[in-house]
Parts: sequence; structure tokens; C-alpha cells
Amino acid sequence: MTLTAKESGTTREITFGQAINEALAEEMRRDPTVFIIGEDVAEAGTPFKVLSGLVKEFGTQRVIDSPISEAGIAGIGVGAAMTGMRPVVDIMFGDFLTLTMDQLVNQAAKIHYMSGGKLKVPLVLRTTLGASRRSAAQHSQSLHAWLSHIPGLKVVVPSTPYDAKGLLKSAIRDDNPVVFFEDKMMYQLKGPVPAAEYTIPLGVADVKRAGSDITFVATSSMVHVALAAAESLGGSGINAEVIDVRTTAPLDKQTIIASVKKTSRAIVIDEGYERYGVTAEIASVIADGAFYYLDAPVKRMGAMDVPVPFSPVLEDQTVPTAEAVAEMAKELCGRL
Amino acid sequence: MARTAKKPAKKPDKQPAAAKDERWLHFYRQMLKIRLFEEEVNQLYLGAKMPGLAHLYIGQEAVAVGVCEALRQEDYITSTHRGHGHCLAKGASLDKMFAELLGKAAGYCRGKGGSMHIADQDTGNLGANAIVGGSAGIATGAAMSIKMRGTDQVAVCFFGDGALGQGLLYETMNMASLWKLPVLYVCENNQYNEYTHFSETTAGEVTSRATAFGIQTESVDGQDVRTVHVTAQRLADRARRGDGPAFLECLTYRFQGHHVGDIDRSYYRSKKEEEEWKTQRDPVTLLADWLEKNKLADGKLFRRIENEVATEIKDAVNFALNAPYPQAEEVDQDVFA
Repeated sequence: MTLTAKESGTTREITFGQAINEALAEEMRRDPTVFIIGEDVAEAGTPFKVLSGLVKEFGTQRVIDSPISEAGIAGIGVGAAMTGMRPVVDIMFGDFLTLTMDQLVNQAAKIHYMSGGKLKVPLVLRTTLGASRRSAAQHSQSLHAWLSHIPGLKVVVPSTPYDAKGLLKSAIRDDNPVVFFEDKMMYQLKGPVPAAEYTIPLGVADVKRAGSDITFVATSSMVHVALAAAESLGGSGINAEVIDVRTTAPLDKQTIIASVKKTSRAIVIDEGYERYGVTAEIASVIADGAFYYLDAPVKRMGAMDVPVPFSPVLEDQTVPTAEAVAEMAKELCGRL
Repeated sequence: MARTAKKPAKKPDKQPAAAKDERWLHFYRQMLKIRLFEEEVNQLYLGAKMPGLAHLYIGQEAVAVGVCEALRQEDYITSTHRGHGHCLAKGASLDKMFAELLGKAAGYCRGKGGSMHIADQDTGNLGANAIVGGSAGIATGAAMSIKMRGTDQVAVCFFGDGALGQGLLYETMNMASLWKLPVLYVCENNQYNEYTHFSETTAGEVTSRATAFGIQTESVDGQDVRTVHVTAQRLADRARRGDGPAFLECLTYRFQGHHVGDIDRSYYRSKKEEEEWKTQRDPVTLLADWLEKNKLADGKLFRRIENEVATEIKDAVNFALNAPYPQAEEVDQDVFA
């Protein structure tokens, strides 16, 4: 059941990181088969401190510090998930997904299908995405498109504390492998989160801002870029709608298409590389589902197709900005 | 076809008193079942009745049977692309095996897995795996789950010498040793990484790779099912008691090619070498010799067992040949649970 913050009675302002922490703690309390494994997840609570305090409540038997062996812990997660547990594997940086790919792509994603529906892999793999942390090319990528490409995997890209908590709880309860991407720049972002328990189903997009003139379809960090762009367009008389897809797989095509049919224009914004990226898939969904309603070509804005550079002057050019989105919107709406 | 041996190649190992002699007859039947199953698979391939290829287990039967007979139904195994033997030894039924190999709906995976992906949760088989070494994580994770759930199951990871080249194996052995997980890493060293002799790909000693992690390690004659079994039993009992993982290298030989289509093998190994193994080191023959020598079986009994197994195989393959294919609309079912 989805509750909005308003409907839920008591709400608090908590950070994105706290929302993740709460979701894990609640699920570990309700289900003894849930455990966490990863590098520096216990006493350190991860370098981002997102898991702080969990080891105190659940002990080192359920919050397990692993060696620096991403493939190994992903594989152990798969095997544990197949045999009665619900592991939450922590992969510190999304860039390190490269090391887990066989376990995710060839094992986790395919086991249910290959076994004719007999075996299940209720695994959650949490990792991060997002640039602009001055961390250079091996700690800044947003590789969610890779996994969204693979049948059998679900991929979550939350943008708010409220969504992060509700979606992570659903991911843990899901009987399929779910890869959960957290924007590491968003861990300190605050937002309203109900004190009461709630979950958000995977595969349902959310209209973050209603509008009539253009649709911004965005993921994760780029939802905030889209929202900022939408606000900045008020003076131009352009009323933008912002759709947060929340999960790239499954993708809520219906909500996206319905919005674009209403607004007739769309920009798709995502922090993954633009080439062959999430933006390409969503643009194609729009072209297919709303072609006769379009008044302008569907535009895509992704990360620049370069390895993420270190120097701020260089790095800041690689990620879509609210200004760039607003400029593009004006162009599409003929207001330049 | 006579399975009785002409010349025993090696002295039988001494047996512990606990091992009941008549049990070895069951081992013989299990190994023969795998042998005849695989011979039938080859016939299905040659007769163009089987889609795709298969990797035959002929010559290695003592490993699967010796190890799996040390396990309980609820224990887990993970298998390899050369996995039919493991599946059968863990209790898979012949008809569902053949049906899967033929892509039929009655197969273990409803025809979605095929030869390299047979899984059977009812017998603890977490699946054959077509990525070399790819199941090291699954087996180790199953052992982690066993430990967390507090049961006395064990998990066995079967893999070949080729998997010694994969990093995942070492990552997971490290964790299994650190956390004393009840997992047996069974390296079936059949000496060939596909078409390359393992000595060309494997530096140092095989077993020292496991001892480096502080893992209990044994290396045995993989053609001698009794030795394999007694050793596997000891290591499994040890793991069950909470004493941690073990690594068991079984020296064996792939009598046939890498897969059913690998006919001309002269560029990577000699006919002479193959003949030596087939005539002197056949695990089925070696056990038959021992049974005969110890007066536990005679030619008559062997013939009876062979007839019975052959009939089972024939019935199973006929079942599979006559079974329907999956419905076309099943193609996108079971992508998600």
C-alpha cells in the first residue's frame, strides 16, 4: 500500500540515508532471514555512514563485514537467497558492479527462469550512483542502465527519503533479485517520511510535480535537477510536469505516456551515460506510445559520454544541470 | 556390454569397518546408471534428436557417486556444465532429466534450462552452471545460509580443473574458511580445461591453493569410488559438525571429448592416453573388480543390474521422446517470481 506523507499521520523530516537505515532496520526486525553483507558495513556503517547503528541492534551475525571481494559477496548473496535467506549485499560504489556482473547477470537474473520457475533469488544488492563528488572516473559512474538491460533483474532508482524507504522495504520483500541504486550525493537530503510503516510497490512511477506544457521524465538525482528546472521555468510561462520513474525495471510506461500525451513535449534526464542509456529507452517508449501527441522531438539528457573527470571544472560539465534542462525546455516550447 | 574388468590397476584402499560392503553394490548401480544415461545422451545427439550439445560425464562417475552418497537429500550441491552425473547421483529422476535434455515441458526446468542448467530443489540440487566456476558463490552462499539457519546441512560445490582459473573460487574459499562454513569444494580434476591440459594453465599445486586459506585439503584417486566416498564422508561429517570447509581434489579423466561433438581430439591428447584410462582406470570396472574379488557380486548379478538399469534408461528416454514440448506462450513466463 502506498501512503503519501500527508495521509500517514505523524511524519518526520529525515535524511535519505536515515530512510535507508530505517527500512533495513524495520525489515530485519520483522524478518530474521534478512541480513546485510558488505565491506565495512558493521562498525563502520559504510563510508557513507548509512548503516550506522545497525550492527549494535542486530549483531555481527546479521551485519557482516566482508573481505574486499565484490564478486564473492554477490555470489554468496545469490546462494543464500536461493536457500531461505534474504540477503542485502552492499556494494560501496556502483563502479564496483563490474566485479559482480557474472553473479548478477548470469546467475541471479536467470536462475528462476532457467529452473523453470522453481528456484528463487530474493536478493537485494544496494549500491550507489552519481558524479560530482570529485572522485574521478572509477567512483562516479551511474551504471543502472546495464542492469536494467537484463531480464530477471529489477532496478530501483529512488529520489527522495520517502521513496527510498518504501521502495527498499518492497525490494527486500520481493522474491526476485533487485538492484537498488542510491545517489551518494543525496544521503544528506532531507524529506518527510511517515513514522508509520508503509511500502511502495516496484514499477510505479510518481508524478513529482504536475504540469501541462512539457514532461520531464527523470531518475534518482536527476529528479531534483528536473524539479529545479521546472521551478525556474515559472517566469517563462512554462508549466513542467516531472515524472520520477522510481524503478527503471520494471518501467511504468503508462504513467510516462499518459503525461506526454497531456503535455506533448518531453525531456528525459538521467545520470547514466547518454549513449545507449536509460534516456534512450524511455525516449523510445514515449515515441512509441505518444508519437501522435508530440509537438517536438523527444530530447535526452544523460551524463556526457566521457569517463568522469576529476577536476571540478571538467566534472561539472558532464552531468545535466537544471539550467541546461530549462534551456532545452524553452527551446522545445518555442520560448527562446 | 560387459562391465566386468580384466585387470585391476590399483590395490583397493582399505575400508573403514563402518562401511557396509553391500552398500557398494548400490554405488555400482548408481555409477552404471550415469554411464548408460550418458551413452544414451550421446545416441540422442548422434541421432539428431537432442537440441544443442551435451558434456558427457563418462569416466568421472566415481566422483559424483562417491561424494553424493555421503550426502543427505536436504544437503545442497551445485554442478557444472558437465553435470548430468551430479544430478543423477543426488537423486534426479531419469525421465525428467532426459525430458529436459530434449527441451520438453516435463523436464526439470520445463525445457528452459537444458543440459547445462538442470536444477532440482527436491534433491537439493541448486543447479548446474554453464559459467566455469560460476557456482562457487552459490554453494558458499548456501553454506552461509545453513550456518545462519542453524541446520546441519552441508553444501557441495562441484567444479573442474578449469575453474581453478576463476577468481570467484578464491574469494569464496577465503570467506568459507574465515567463517567456518559447511561447504565442500570438490575439484574434479579431469585434466583438461576444455581442449587444454591443465598443466598448461595451472601453476603450483592444486591443493596448495586451498591450504593457503587454511582449508582442510585432500587429494584422492577419483576413479576409486570407495576412496572418494570415504574421504567425502569424513569431510562432510566434519563440515556438519561445524569444523569448516574442505577441498577435495579427485584425480579423474574425461573419457569422451569436451562435448559430444568433440570427436577429433588428437591435437590435444593421444589415443593411447585415452585407451589407458578406459582400459585400466574405468571407475565402473574398478568397482566391479573389487565387488567380484570380495565375492559381493558375480557376472550374473552384474548382468541383472545392467539389464535393470538399461530398462530404466530405455523407459525414461521413451517417456522423454514422447513428451510434449512447452507451449509457445511459456516463453516469457517465470522471468520473475
